[in-house]
Parts: sequence; structure tokens; C-alpha cells
Amino acid sequence: MSASTGGKDPFIASLGKIYAGYTGGFAAFVVVLAILEQMGVPDRIIGYLFVFLTIGVYAYIGIISRTAVVSEYYVAGRRVPALYNGMATGSDWMSAASFIGMAGSLYALGYGGLAFILGWTGGYMLVAILLAPYLRKFGQYTVPDFLGARYGGNLARAVGVTVLITASFVYVVAQIVGVGIITQRFLDVSFGLAVFVGLAGILVCSMLGGMRAVTWTQVAQYIILIIAYLIPAVLMSVKVTGVPLPQIMYGFALERIEGLENGFRAAGMTPPPGVTGWHTAPFIGANGAFSWSAAFNFFALVFCLMVGTAALPHILMRYFTTPSVREARQSVAWSLFFIFLLYFTAPAYAAFGKLEIYQTVIGQPIAALPEWIKNWQIVSPYGVPWVNIVDVNRDGIVQWGEFRIHPDVVVLATPEIAGLPYVIAGLVAAGGLAAALSTADGLLLALANALSHDVYYKMIDRNAPTAKRLIISRVLLVIVAILAAWTAGNMGADILFLVAWAFSIAAAGLFAALVMGVWYKKTTNAAAVWGMVVGYVFTFGYLIWTEFYGLSFMELFGTKEAILAAARQTAALPQASAELKAYAQGLVNNAAQIQDGAMAWFGQLILTTDSVVLRGRTVARLWTLNNISGGIIGVPLSFLTIWLVSKFTTAPSQAMQDFIDDIRIPKGGVRLADAREAVE
Amino acid sequence: MPLVEDVNVRSASSAAVDRATGEAYWKKTSGLMWTVLGIWFFASFAVHFFAPMINPIHILGFPLGFYMAAQGSLIIFVVGLFWFGKRQNQIDEEFGVQED
Repeated sequence: MSASTGGKDPFIASLGKIYAGYTGGFAAFVVVLAILEQMGVPDRIIGYLFVFLTIGVYAYIGIISRTAVVSEYYVAGRRVPALYNGMATGSDWMSAASFIGMAGSLYALGYGGLAFILGWTGGYMLVAILLAPYLRKFGQYTVPDFLGARYGGNLARAVGVTVLITASFVYVVAQIVGVGIITQRFLDVSFGLAVFVGLAGILVCSMLGGMRAVTWTQVAQYIILIIAYLIPAVLMSVKVTGVPLPQIMYGFALERIEGLENGFRAAGMTPPPGVTGWHTAPFIGANGAFSWSAAFNFFALVFCLMVGTAALPHILMRYFTTPSVREARQSVAWSLFFIFLLYFTAPAYAAFGKLEIYQTVIGQPIAALPEWIKNWQIVSPYGVPWVNIVDVNRDGIVQWGEFRIHPDVVVLATPEIAGLPYVIAGLVAAGGLAAALSTADGLLLALANALSHDVYYKMIDRNAPTAKRLIISRVLLVIVAILAAWTAGNMGADILFLVAWAFSIAAAGLFAALVMGVWYKKTTNAAAVWGMVVGYVFTFGYLIWTEFYGLSFMELFGTKEAILAAARQTAALPQASAELKAYAQGLVNNAAQIQDGAMAWFGQLILTTDSVVLRGRTVARLWTLNNISGGIIGVPLSFLTIWLVSKFTTAPSQAMQDFIDDIRIPKGGVRLADAREAVE
Repeated sequence: MPLVEDVNVRSASSAAVDRATGEAYWKKTSGLMWTVLGIWFFASFAVHFFAPMINPIHILGFPLGFYMAAQGSLIIFVVGLFWFGKRQNQIDEEFGVQED
């Protein structure tokens, strides 16, 4: 790939051939399965072959990449060319939520869902200009390594590790749930068993070879997931428009959706709960009129997802693996390009799916619905049917508001909607599995490395021999994996909303300290530690408070009307505890005595704080912001704290300033302020 | 474990370039950073403030505001990053601070 590494290393030089052969082999495998299907092999066997053969290939790559060398284990020997590191970052980044859930969110939210498309791509600009080249020049093993070297040792490192673990753990649990959902559907086993099958797949990839194995497996997983995402969209585009360019042709589908929506409204129908009735209209409330709250939430979410992207350690650590600073920058651009290929296709899935449903399902007699609808009227692991037709007015005709669909179905059912053979459905499952496994691998490695390298080696035993360190890494990897799988198996799909929290937590905890460490020389050790602690505690605390104790949050920040509304919502919750309901009922009964909360003035600074019933809880919304965007307060607060504390503490030493000078320029080595922070 | 193994990370005892060069380089690099940050802000936020106003314009069926959020901004991000990489390499070479 690059001049600096080609030629020298036979493995790197032949990467192109290896992965071209692999892609060809995968295509041949799909063709063979298609032929087998035509010969009458049952769908279930096809599903098994897809799941086991792809996991088998990942395991094979994982096993041949095993290593006992520290720099190979932690940073893949720092010889991953920019292009391949871009692919690996792409699959590291795109999770089950991107692959399966994104198109469904766009289906439900219309324009509002585009916040995810923007938020999960634009953050790479921040990574490229603010962090990646400098972290690469610094060039140790983990993100907490940088915090330790820049901010005077173990305290900063420990705070960084805490944020990293909180954000990565909730994220990895969600990935394992995703693996479980796909494996369950295609292997037809119980969710608990499916989780452990998936876990085995994750562990064989990462345990023996660490970063080296994960990198080359992730490249392989990217190839499968992008093929699996693009092919059904292309075939669907051919079915609907006759042209195999879904990303361009879905404009016409959008235009027809707008027309059909107007027709439905004219006929007096309303959209189903949770689905927008104006697919392409920006910033609208439930009535279709402009809403400040919707606009505010849109931009806040975009901001949090972008800053979170630039602070998630499993992404940042990928840029430690390139051969040079120059290639680290190039690699961020390639990462975004490979991510872009999937994200600019996702809205096409949503548009074609919606058009097909509006044209062939809405207004039809329930008895005469297409075959694929009947196949999906089964219960999902989320506890509700994938497709649920509720004949509210009992006329035997599907109305707009009577057709309820789980968001995941939009991608999973596209092959059937387009009338494609089962082998394409198997391909989609293999793609979803690749997406979930690759993200889980990256996260688990980030977690285990933080524990083994940062906590054990740097903080507990600095003299541990290499062999012992690598054994500890692997043992921790297995322990964290089992803990995550156990949590996933017990809590199931209920915890998926936590993924969004990971972004706000990482953004508020780490982003300011990392950026200021490079870009503001006067940042002191105490300032960075305070900045991380304040951002993390405020954001995490805010999320817990609004999510699980919404009524108490409202009593402090709400106006008396808002408190009464929250009390009414809570009293009517079927899932709430008896005491909570009794307390809320007491408030409702004495409505006349409710006063504005002590901080109600703050709660009305921008828009009036309110609450909504979500996930069986009364969830408070400061300034009507959904708590998914909690980082909108935490991130500026963290920057402000760092700047202020730096003003009042002694400026960093000359040695530290030299260190910053060195990481700012690509050329030469790095003078560490503290020799004990050296790489070995 | 010897340091030699990790050939791409080196320690140093003195600065790679003199102070004046380093400062001039950083000034120009910071300028590029602010430029790209401006592009980022434009494509991430500013252009979408106007989404309700530009949505009535349809191109190939796409309402323009929807298109910008679904594809337009993404294309700006990708092209912008490749441009940034190229531009930063030029700055590196201009000041002679590129890697050897």
C-alpha cells in the first residue's frame, strides 16, 4: 500500500492479493449456497452455514495471527497501512445498531433520524484534525497512556480508565445483545445460548492475537458487512425503480412517499405511534408544525454523537497502529470513506421499505397481505411482534396507523420484501453478525488493555515480565467478555438504549482532556483531572437521575405544571414500584399545593423542562432535551473546568512543554516529561 | 523487552527542529485546523439550520434539506478529510518536519 512499508514486509506487500482472494472466496461461497438453495437445501441449513463458516474464517484469522510480542498484541506491530486501518476502523465503528438499526430509525423518524447519519460520520473530522496524528506521534499503547504521560501519571490515568470502562462496557454489552439477536434468529436457539455462541466467536478472534488478530479480522469483517449491506439495497432499487443505484434513485421514492403521506392525511388517517407522518420534513412536532424542541434535540444529538466519536477509546486506539503520523491522518480519511459507503445507503433502505409498505400494505385487506408480512408476524427478542397489525377500527383493512413494525425489520426483511432468495437473507445475517462481532472485538480489547496495561502493568506491577503481562491481558479479556455476556443474557434488549449513553459519557469525560492536552500547552495536571471528573460525574449523574428518578428531577427543575404532569405520568405507570406510585398519586391529589421547583428558573433557561414516558419510566428532559444528548452540558463544562483550573494552578514544567512540542511535529522522537512513562 | 522492537516509536533527547521553525509550523497547522473546523461546523450544523427553507427545492426527487443531511454533508466530510491530509503533508514538507 504505502511506499514506506511496501517492499519491506512480505505480508504487508501481499495484503491486496490476500483480501482480493478472500473477497472472491466469499462471493463463490454465496454462489454455492445459492445453488444449494435451488437444489432444495432447507433454509435452516443455509442459515447455519452462513453463521458458522463466517465465524470459522474469523477464528482462523484470529488463530494464525496469534502473537507473544507486546507491540504486536497492543498495536499490531504499528505496520497497518492507512487503507486497511481504515477498513478495520470502519467495521470497528459500525455496530449491529448501524447495520440493522439505522435504516429502521430512519424509517421511523424520517429527517429526525438523519442526526445519527451526521453524528456518526462528522466526528471523524474532529478525530483527524484534533487527535489522531498527535496520539500516533505520542505512540504508546492506549489512550490512558497519553493521559498518564501528559498529566503526570497515575491519577489522570486512573480517571481516564474509569471513563473508558464505563463507556466501553455499556457499549460492548449492547453488541453482545446484537450478536445474540442475529444468532438466535438464524440458528433457532435460545437467546442465552446464542449469546454464548457469539461470545466464542468474539474470543477466538481477539484472545490469542490481541490487536494484530483483531485488525486483520476486522478487515475481513468489513468486506463481508459492506457486501451484505449494499447487495440487497441494489436489488431493492432495481425492483422499485429499475436502476441499480439505490443512493441516487431513492429520491424518487421520497417524492412518492411525500405524495402518499398527503393522501393518507387527506383520507383522515394518522401514522402509527413512533413513526413520523412527514418523512422528509425537518424539525417538526407530532402535528407536523415546526418545533423548537425538535430542532434543539436534532443539533444536540449531532453534537454529542460527533464529539463522542472523537473520544471513544476503541476508535482512537486504532490510530496507534499505523506506521507513521502521515498515514494516521490518511487513515482517518479512509475510515470515514468506508463508513460513508454504508451510511449514505441507509436512508435508501428506509425510503424503499417505506414506499413498498405504503404501496402494497396500507389500504389492503388484512387477509390479502403479502407473504413476507405473514412471515414476520412472530414475536421478536424485544418481546413484541416484529410486525404487528392492530385492526383498531375492525374493518379488516390495514390503515396507516394500524401497521406497526419493529425498526430492525427494515433491513432484515428487505430481501423478502424484494422477493429475493433466502440466501440473500442469510447474507444480511452474516453482515449483521460481522458488524456486531467486529465492534465487540474492538471494545473488549480496549477494555482488557486498559485493565491489563494501564491498571495492572502501569499502576500495580511495573516490573511484570512480558509473558506475565500477556497472560494477564488474555485472562482479563475472557473475564470481561464473560461478564459482558452475562449482563447481556440477563438484561437482553432492554439495555440497548444505553449505547447512546456511551457517546455522551466518553465525550464529556475524555474529549476535553485529550484535545486540551495537545492544543493548549498551559493545561495542568490538576486541570485535566478536574475536567475529566466534572464532565464524567455531571453527565453520568444527569443520565441516571433523569432516566431512573425522573420525578425527583422534575421536582427540582420543573415548573408546578410540569411537576404535576410528571406526577400524573408516574402514577399511571404499570411498571413503577408501589411506593413511587403512591408518592406520585399523593402529589396529584394535592395538586394545588405543588410549587415550582427550586431550580425551575434554570429549567426554563432555553425551553421548559418536561418529562415523557419512555421504557416504562417517567424520563425527565431538561429543556426538552432527550437524555441521549446529555453530553451537550458535560462537554462544555469539562472544557471550562480545564481552562479555569489551568489559570489558577502552576503552569506545566519545561520538560512537559518539550513533550508537547515533540508530539506536535511528525519528525523525530518524543521527549517524555517523566521517564517512567516510557513505552516499555 | 527491548525498546528496539517497537521501531516506529522513538524517544529523543533534543528537539527535532529549532524553536522558531516549530512555532511557525504550529501556527500554520493551527490555521489549517481552524479552517477544517469551520468546514466541519458548516457541514454539521450551519447548513442544516436552513433545512426547512431549502427543502421545497427538489433535485432528482430529493428535497434539498433532506439531501444535505443524508448525503451532502457526508460528501463534504469525506472530501474534506482527504484534502486535509494532503494539505497537512504540504505544510509538513514546507517546514521540513515530515517523517524521515
